[in-house]
Amino acid sequence: MNSIKLWFRKGEPWVWLNAGAVAISVVMVVGLLLLVAVRGLSHFWPHTIIEATYTEPEGGSYTVIGEISDEEWVAASRVRSAGVDIPEDVRVVQRVLIKTGNRDITGLDFRWLLEENLTDVHTPEQVMVVERREWGNFYGYLQAVKEDGQVVASGEQALPALEQRLERALDLHDEIKEIEQGRIGSINYELEQLRLRERRLELNGELDAAAQQNLKAERAALDDRYQALKSELDQLYQAIARDSMVATAMNGEEKEIPLKLVVQYKQPNNMSFFAKVGDYFHQLWLFLSDEPREANTEGGVFPAIFGTVLMVILMSVIVTPFGVVAAVYLREYAKQGPLTRTIRVAVNNLAGVPSIVYGVFGLGFFVYFLGGSLDALFYPEAAPAPVFGTPGLLWASITLALLTLPVVIVATEEGLTRIPKSLREGSLALGATKFETITKVILPMSSPAMMTGLILAIARAAGEVAPLMLVGVVKLAPTLPLDGNFPYLHLERKFMHLGFHIYDVGFQSPNVEAARPLVYATAALLVVVIVVLNLTAIMIRNRLREKYRSLEN
Amino acid sequence: MESTSEALFGISEQRLTKMRRYRKLKDQVAARLISVGGISVIFAICLIFFYLLYEVLPLFLPASIKQTHSLDQYTLSQPYFSVVEEQGQVGLAVTAAAGPVFYRVADGQTLLTPELPTATAITAFAKDSPGSRAYALGLADGSVLIQKPEYKIQYGDSPLDKTVVPRIEYPLGTTPIQVLNGEPITQLAYRESDDLVRIVAADSAGHLFLKDFAKTESFLSDEVQLEEQTTLKLPQPSGALTNILLSLDQRWLFLVEAKGKVEVLDLRNPVAEMRVHIANVVENGTEITVSDFLLGGFSLLIGDSKGRISQWFITQDETNQTVLTNVRTLTLKDGVAVTALQTEHRRKGFIAGDAQGYIGLFNTTADRRVARKQVADSPIQWIAMAPRGDLAIVNSEQGGPVSYHLDNEHPDVSWSSLWSKVWYERYDEPSFTWQSSSASNDFEPKFSLMPLTFGTLKAAFYAMLVAVPLAICGAIYTAYFMAPALRTKVKPAIELMEAMPTVILGFLAGLWLAPLIEANLAGVTAILLLTPLFCLIAAFSWSRLPRDISTRVPDGYVPVILIPVVVLAGVISMWLSEPMELAFFGGSMRDWVSNDLGIDFDQRNSVVVGLAMGFAVIPTIFSITEDAIFAVPKGLTQGSLALGATPWQTLVRVVLPTASPGIFSALMIGLGRAVGETMIVLMATGNTPIMDMNIFEGMRTLSANIAVEMPEAEVNSTHFRILFLSGLVLFIFTFLVNTTAEVVRQRLREKYGSL
Repeated sequence: MNSIKLWFRKGEPWVWLNAGAVAISVVMVVGLLLLVAVRGLSHFWPHTIIEATYTEPEGGSYTVIGEISDEEWVAASRVRSAGVDIPEDVRVVQRVLIKTGNRDITGLDFRWLLEENLTDVHTPEQVMVVERREWGNFYGYLQAVKEDGQVVASGEQALPALEQRLERALDLHDEIKEIEQGRIGSINYELEQLRLRERRLELNGELDAAAQQNLKAERAALDDRYQALKSELDQLYQAIARDSMVATAMNGEEKEIPLKLVVQYKQPNNMSFFAKVGDYFHQLWLFLSDEPREANTEGGVFPAIFGTVLMVILMSVIVTPFGVVAAVYLREYAKQGPLTRTIRVAVNNLAGVPSIVYGVFGLGFFVYFLGGSLDALFYPEAAPAPVFGTPGLLWASITLALLTLPVVIVATEEGLTRIPKSLREGSLALGATKFETITKVILPMSSPAMMTGLILAIARAAGEVAPLMLVGVVKLAPTLPLDGNFPYLHLERKFMHLGFHIYDVGFQSPNVEAARPLVYATAALLVVVIVVLNLTAIMIRNRLREKYRSLEN
Repeated sequence: MESTSEALFGISEQRLTKMRRYRKLKDQVAARLISVGGISVIFAICLIFFYLLYEVLPLFLPASIKQTHSLDQYTLSQPYFSVVEEQGQVGLAVTAAAGPVFYRVADGQTLLTPELPTATAITAFAKDSPGSRAYALGLADGSVLIQKPEYKIQYGDSPLDKTVVPRIEYPLGTTPIQVLNGEPITQLAYRESDDLVRIVAADSAGHLFLKDFAKTESFLSDEVQLEEQTTLKLPQPSGALTNILLSLDQRWLFLVEAKGKVEVLDLRNPVAEMRVHIANVVENGTEITVSDFLLGGFSLLIGDSKGRISQWFITQDETNQTVLTNVRTLTLKDGVAVTALQTEHRRKGFIAGDAQGYIGLFNTTADRRVARKQVADSPIQWIAMAPRGDLAIVNSEQGGPVSYHLDNEHPDVSWSSLWSKVWYERYDEPSFTWQSSSASNDFEPKFSLMPLTFGTLKAAFYAMLVAVPLAICGAIYTAYFMAPALRTKVKPAIELMEAMPTVILGFLAGLWLAPLIEANLAGVTAILLLTPLFCLIAAFSWSRLPRDISTRVPDGYVPVILIPVVVLAGVISMWLSEPMELAFFGGSMRDWVSNDLGIDFDQRNSVVVGLAMGFAVIPTIFSITEDAIFAVPKGLTQGSLALGATPWQTLVRVVLPTASPGIFSALMIGLGRAVGETMIVLMATGNTPIMDMNIFEGMRTLSANIAVEMPEAEVNSTHFRILFLSGLVLFIFTFLVNTTAEVVRQRLREKYGSL
C-alpha cells in the first residue's frame, strides 16, 4: 500500500499519463494515414466476384452475383425496424453489403444481405464484371458477341472476339472524343471569339459593311470546317455502334450491351496474382489519367489533379516574391521596434484568420470588385456575361497566395535568422552594398529555407477547400484552364480541385455508396501528395539547420 | 591615384564613380521597395478588415427620404387606395367618384380613366395581396366587381426608353358578383386563392355576409367560371365597423371597430363558434385610425390617434386558445394621430404618415423606425408606394401629392434583429432563428446570428475538450521528459497532423467516424475510460518489473511502450462494444440514448465534430506549448532538481508556471483555429442552426454557414451582406485572439531573453 502511495507522490502516474497523450496522438496520426491508405489504395485491386443463393427472410430465394464491399454486426432490433423478419431470440445479426451492379436491371446496385441466409457461396471463373459508361458496373456471364445485331461469336469464341472488338470500339471512342472536345471545341471557341469581336466593333461604332463581310467570311469558313467534322463524326458514330455483347445477369435476364458503352471488362476470379498486380497498376493509372464519369462517381480525377497543380503553380509565382521580400525586410532592413512588432502581429493574424474569411474577402474584393472593374474596362463586349467578374482560376490563386503568405514569410525568416552574422559582415567589409550582400550572399544561402516555405505553402494550398468553394472551384469543369486555343492559359476559367472533389463526391453526390471507394482513393492521393511535400520540407529544413550549425562552429 | 584604379581594375576613375553611384542608387531603391513590401503585410490585413467593413456598413446606414418632384396636375379626390407600378412611371388611384384612374407619376396628369361596366356608385373597396394586384369594388346595389391593373412596357429606340401602358382587366369577368340583396355594401373584404374566391361584405345595418365561389378555369380559354358555394350570415359585430380584413389563407376575419377593438372570427368554425377572440388593440381614450395587413396577409397593423402603430397576429396561448397578440409597437411621432399607412410589397415593412405631416419608414422584423421626415405641415391623407419600395407618393391636405425617392436597402437588419430574440410571424414566442431563404414570396427572412454564433462556440468547445488535454499533456512529455532522439521523430509526426487537409478529416468524420460511433457508442465510451486506465496499469506494472528488464528501455521512451497499450485499449473497447450494448442497452446504446434517456441523437453530432476538429487543433496547441516548455531556461529546472525536487515537482512548480503565458497563447491560437474551421463542421454535422448544448446533436457554425449560403446569396442583398458580417465577426474574433496570443508570446520572448 505504502509503495503505491509513494509511487503516486513521485508523480510517476502523471508522467505516464502525459506519455499516454503522446502515444494517443501518434496512434491517431498513424491510424488515420493507414485508414486512408488501406481504404483508398485497395479500391484498385480486382475484387473477387462471388455467386451465391440468397434466401430472403420472408421466404423465396434468388441468385446473387457481386463483390462483397462491407460486413458488419448489427443489433437485430435495427434490422427488424427496417422491416426484416428476424426471430425474437436473435439479438445481433451479421450483414454483408454486396455490390451487385446492374443498376439498369435491378434498380439498386448495393444491397445489405443477412450473412446466414447466403448459401452455396462460390467464385465461378467465368463470371465477368463490365465497366460501362452508363448505369455503372455489370456483373454476369458473357454469352455472345454481335455485329449489326447478328451473333458472330458465342461460347468459347466469345471472349477473344470481345477483346478484339472492344479494342476497336475504344479506339473509335478516343477518336470521337478527340474530334468533339478538341477540334469542334476549338471551332466553338473561335466562333465565340468572333461573336465577341463583332460586339466590340459594334460598341465602338466600327461595324461597317467591310467588317461585317469579313466576319461573315470567317464564320462561313468555320462553319465549313464544322460541317466536315460533323460528317466525319457521324461516320464514326455509326462505326462504333456496330458491335455489342450479350451477357446474362444474376436474375437470368439476357442483356445486350453496346460496346460503345463499355470501358473495360475483366474476369477477376480467373486472374493470376501477377495479372491482378498488373491490373492494379493499370486501374491506378486510369484513375490518375482519366476524366470523371457519371456525376464524378466513376472514372478518374485527372482534371482535378490538373486544376490543383495549375492553381498551386500560379499561387507560388505570386506568393514567393512577396513572402521573401517581407521576410527580408523583417530580418535585414527593419529596426526591431514597434513597427516590426506590428508586422509580426499582422503576419500571425494573416496565419490565424479562418480560411473561409479569405474566401469571403476574395469573392467580394477580387471577384466582384476587381473582376467587375476589369470587365467594365476591358471586356464590355462580353456583357452581361462576366469574364473576370466571376469566380475563376486567377482569383483562386491570388486568394490562396494571400492565405499562404505567412507560411512563406515565417519559413524564410527562420532561414535568414540562421545565417551567421559573420557572413554578412564579411560581404559588407569587402565593399558590397547591403542589397548586393542580400542578393548575392544571403538569399542564395537561405534558398533552401525559402524552398521549405514554398513547399509548406503548396501543401497548404493543395489541401485548402473552404475559400476555393467561393472563388473558383466547380464540381465539373467542361474545359481545362489550359488548352490549345489562344491565349492557351485561361485565367478566367473555373477549375476542379482534389480537395473539393472529395467534398463534392462524398457529400453532394446522388449515389454516395457507389462513390465512396473513389472518395477514399482521392483522399489517399491527396494525403500522399501532402505527406510527401511536408516530409520534403522537414528534410530540407533539418539539413539546413545542420549545415548552419557546422558553419557557426 | 588615378592611375591606380586604372591599373587595378582597368576602369577609369570616372566610370568607377559612376558605377558606385549606380550601385548606391540601386541599393537605396531596393531598400525602399523592400520596406514597402514588408509593410504591405500590414496593408494586406487592413485591406481585408476594411473591405469586409465596407461590405457590411450599408446594413447599418440609415435610410433616407428625398423629395423628387410634386405632382402639380393631380386632380383626383381622396382615393380608397393608391399604388405605383414597377417602373415608377404610372400611378393608380381608386376613388369613389370615378373608380380606377391611372395618372402619370412625373406630373400627376391623368392618363386613363377606364370606363366601368356598370353605372352603379362605388361604396366600398378591398384589396387582395400586393403580388396579385387585384382588388374588389363594393357597389351600391350590393354587388362586387373584381378588377386588376395590367401594365405593358413599350420599348423605344434604346432599352432604357420605356413607356408603360396601363389598362384594367377583369379576371373574374365584367359582370358584378351579387353578394348582398340590393343593399349598398359599406365594408368589404376579398381574397382569391387558386380555387376559391371568398368575399365578406357588410351592409349599412352592420350585418356581415360571407360568400364563397369555387373557381374553375375552362380548358380552352383563360376565362374563369365562378360557382357559388356557400353563403353565410356571420355573427353580428358588437360595434360600428371601420374596416374588415380577411387573412391571406382565407381563414381569419378581423373586424376592426372604431372603439378600439378587433374581433377575430375563425371562418373554419360553425357560425355560432366563429368568434374566437376580442382584443383591445389600443389604450383607453385612443382610437384606431388606420388598419391594414402587413405583407403576407397574416399580421395586422393598427395605427392609432397617439402616433403608435402596433403589429398583431394570431397565436396560441398556454391553454391552446386562439388569441390576437400584440407582437410589437412602433411609434411614428408620440401623441400625433397616424393618418395614412401603406405596406411594402416585398418586405415586412410599411410607410406611415401622421396629422402633423411626418412620414416614417418602418420594418417590423427589425422592430425599428428606419427613417422619419416631416414633409408637410398638414395631415398626410394618403401614400402610394412602388413595389420595389424605392418610390412613394405622399399626399398632404394642403401640399398635394409629392413624389419621394426612398433609399432603404436594408431595413430588415438591426442590432436587435441580429443578436436578440425576435418574434417572427407564425411563431408563438420570440426566438433566435436563422432561416435565410424560402420558396415563398412573402417570406420573412430570419437573420439571427445567435444560433450560428452559439453553434460556432459549441463546436469549438467540444473540439477544445478533446484537444486541450491531449495536446498539453503530450507537449509536456515531449518537451520535458522525452529522449531527444525520440523527440526528433515525434515532433514531425505531429506536425504532419497539422498539414492534414481538413477536407479529409471532415470526410472521414462524416462518412466513417459518424456511422462507426453510432453503431458502437458503448465501445467509444469505453475507449474514453479504458485508455487512461490501461496507461496507469501499464505504468504500475512497469514500476513492479525487475530492474534489469525495466532499465532496458532508456528514460524518455515511455510512449513507445504505451503505443501497444493504447492500441490494445482501443481494440478491447471495440471488441467489448457489441456485448456491452447487448448486456446493458438492449442491443443498441444509440436507441437507448434516444428512447430511454429521451436525448435527441443525430448521427453527425458534436462528438464527431469534437473528435475530428480536436484532431485538427491538437498539433497547433501541441507545437506552441512544446516550444514554450522547451524554451524554459535549463538553469531553472536544474536548480530545482538540485534542491531535491522530483522531476514532476519541478515540472508543476517551476516549469509550467514559467511557460504558462506560452501555453495560454497556444490555447488562444488553438481556439482561433477551432472557431474558424469550416470543412470539418460542414461535413461532420447536419448543419442545422439549433441552440442546444446536447452533445448528441449537431450545430451550424458561422463559417459553415458562409460556405453553404454564400454561393446562392444575391450580390449586395441583405443576405449577402449579413454573410459578410459573419465573416467580419469571425475575423474580429480571431484577430483579438491571435493578437493577444502574439503579444503574450512577444512578452515571453523578452522575458526569457533576459534570463
